[in-house]
Amino acid sequence: MSVFINKDTKVIVQGITGSTALFHTKQMLEYGTKIVGGTSPGKGGTEVEGVPVFNTVKEAVDATGANASVIYVPAPFAADAIVEAVDAELDLAICITEHIPVLDMVKVKRYMEGKKTRLVGPNCPGVITPEECKIGIMPGYIHTKGHVGVVSRSGTLTYEAVHQLTQAGIGQSTAVGIGGDPVNGTNFIDVLKAFNEDPETYAVIMIGEIGGTAEEEAAEWVKANMTKPVVGFIGGRTAPPGKRMGHAGAIISGGKGTADEKIRVMNECGIQVAETPSVMGETLIKVLKEQDLYDKCKTH
Amino acid sequence: MNVHEYQGKEILRKYGVKVPSGKVAFTVDEAVEAAQELGSSVVVVKAQIHAGGRGKAGGVKVAKNLEEVRTYATEILGKTLITHQTGPEGKEVKRLLIEEGCDIKKEYYIGLVLDRATSRVVLMASEEGGTEIEEVAEATPEKIFKEEIDPVLGLMPYQARRIAFNINIPKELVNQAVKFMMGLYTAYIEKDCSIAEINPLVVTGDGQVMALDAKLNFDANALYRQKDILEYRDLEEEDPKEIEASKYDLSYISLDGNIGCMVNGAGLAMATMDIVKHYGGDPANFLDVGGGATAEKVTEAFKIILSDPNVKGIFVNIFGGIMKCDVIATGVVEAAKQVGLEVPLVVRLEGTNVDLGKQILNESGLNIIAAESMADGAEKIVSLVK
Repeated sequence: MSVFINKDTKVIVQGITGSTALFHTKQMLEYGTKIVGGTSPGKGGTEVEGVPVFNTVKEAVDATGANASVIYVPAPFAADAIVEAVDAELDLAICITEHIPVLDMVKVKRYMEGKKTRLVGPNCPGVITPEECKIGIMPGYIHTKGHVGVVSRSGTLTYEAVHQLTQAGIGQSTAVGIGGDPVNGTNFIDVLKAFNEDPETYAVIMIGEIGGTAEEEAAEWVKANMTKPVVGFIGGRTAPPGKRMGHAGAIISGGKGTADEKIRVMNECGIQVAETPSVMGETLIKVLKEQDLYDKCKTH
Repeated sequence: MNVHEYQGKEILRKYGVKVPSGKVAFTVDEAVEAAQELGSSVVVVKAQIHAGGRGKAGGVKVAKNLEEVRTYATEILGKTLITHQTGPEGKEVKRLLIEEGCDIKKEYYIGLVLDRATSRVVLMASEEGGTEIEEVAEATPEKIFKEEIDPVLGLMPYQARRIAFNINIPKELVNQAVKFMMGLYTAYIEKDCSIAEINPLVVTGDGQVMALDAKLNFDANALYRQKDILEYRDLEEEDPKEIEASKYDLSYISLDGNIGCMVNGAGLAMATMDIVKHYGGDPANFLDVGGGATAEKVTEAFKIILSDPNVKGIFVNIFGGIMKCDVIATGVVEAAKQVGLEVPLVVRLEGTNVDLGKQILNESGLNIIAAESMADGAEKIVSLVK
């Protein structure tokens, strides 16, 4: 089992003819992801990497029975692409695109109210269920199938955590990058809930960063609802206030959103927080041992 | 992106948001001329820098005649203002806003911001104008009123009215205040603002509702469709290295330390700063080369790091996803060749095309110290710069 995606997920790639999309379509196919189609307006009827290209998402879904999409469309057109995926009633839309104007996302979120589609991202690495399905841009080879769920606001920090786990012989159930933008689709709590309900996930690593209060809210949710151990890490402990650290969402403003405050709340809610990014794996292993879950999570 | 107060007011004026008459001046003579043109008995001489707290730092003076305008303009132009937002080095004043004085009856606060928790724009207001909203929120949270705005409907007049009544705008001026808020919201949406803060909003003796100050901040991701806003950019207010970086779409922030960092991904870049600090070092910068970087961009990133004379060593920490390790390696080698590498360089590569990347570095003949993990890399660079 896993969350959000598995070996049966059928994926279309929106904006498949762009160079980044092409590179990652190839990588996803090699990983074994069922890429059943792509869209590129005006290029319908052609084929790339052996995958049929359609003009619209609706057409692609009707022809292929896809239930998920991954979006590599450039930022000025990405909001439109997300709405197109929602309109086609896909179960899941994963938006990799970064630099989408935030007011575009405000409208998209409003449009999505009451709709069936789950949005992951934007500005995220995607979602991977190791050895079954990889949707996004993460390097596949660092992942191993297993029982630890990973959820993160940062792409490369997700890879870092996964890599540490794999090297320590701890596999992952699913790794979800929720993205670094202030307005996004799926949030920490949505993913934690899914991991809590997934029988194959035994523990979770949650990776946050400065800015906003999403980590604090997630920590409160964990305290009240989570039946599985959660460990954490918060990036940006040494970031100066008032400076936007790359991610539009990563800014300490008005004394809010500092790493220390987040770590304090997480600790209070029973989440052990790794001191440095290089001990995220170790911290989880320590907790697994304390809770007698280590042997169940050890994959080799 | 930030703009100056006078520029923010220029934008707001176009949306029917009332602001005092005023003119920008770059010299003392221009300041006196501007005051003459305004023809008001009292004018305010206001320093224009991208930071708040100017009044307390002596950057805002009320002049009662042209002689005083000359005196204050001479005093403020060229002065370095140190406020709670400028950092200890302060900011030199190069522009003044010469504005007509007004008879202030009462000050209020009005602001529009994005609320991340609801993914909506929120109108925020308080009767406690003139003080920082964070302080009001801390001391008297009951005095802050909020209206969540549905992006489909936009700000509704009843919401603006409710705010106006809640913050006790005199009832004969409520309609004016509503018009003010509606205009402010339209400007926020049409110009892709991320913050629009009017502190203070004032009610004057002659019954006007106007913005005495205006702080507008714009979404950097939307500037491609806001060419007129981009014109307002004042490069003198920005760090030259940050300007250079922005030309190549690199996300770079100058810091005080001596270890240059080049990382992909904002989260990992922050975490890299954290771990350098953890091992007793001090990062010289935050630098995210981003996902779609080319070898050329990486070369430029490297040059920008090396242009900082404080840099005594460089730590490259890459976990390739969308970013391929061979691209990073090619860029690093190219840059080292172009500018000559005289400081120690520690490189940690992992992820997409890692073997190819390592091979390029190994065959370059450069003196590159390889690191096995980010902790290993951080430890190595910290000990090398000591």
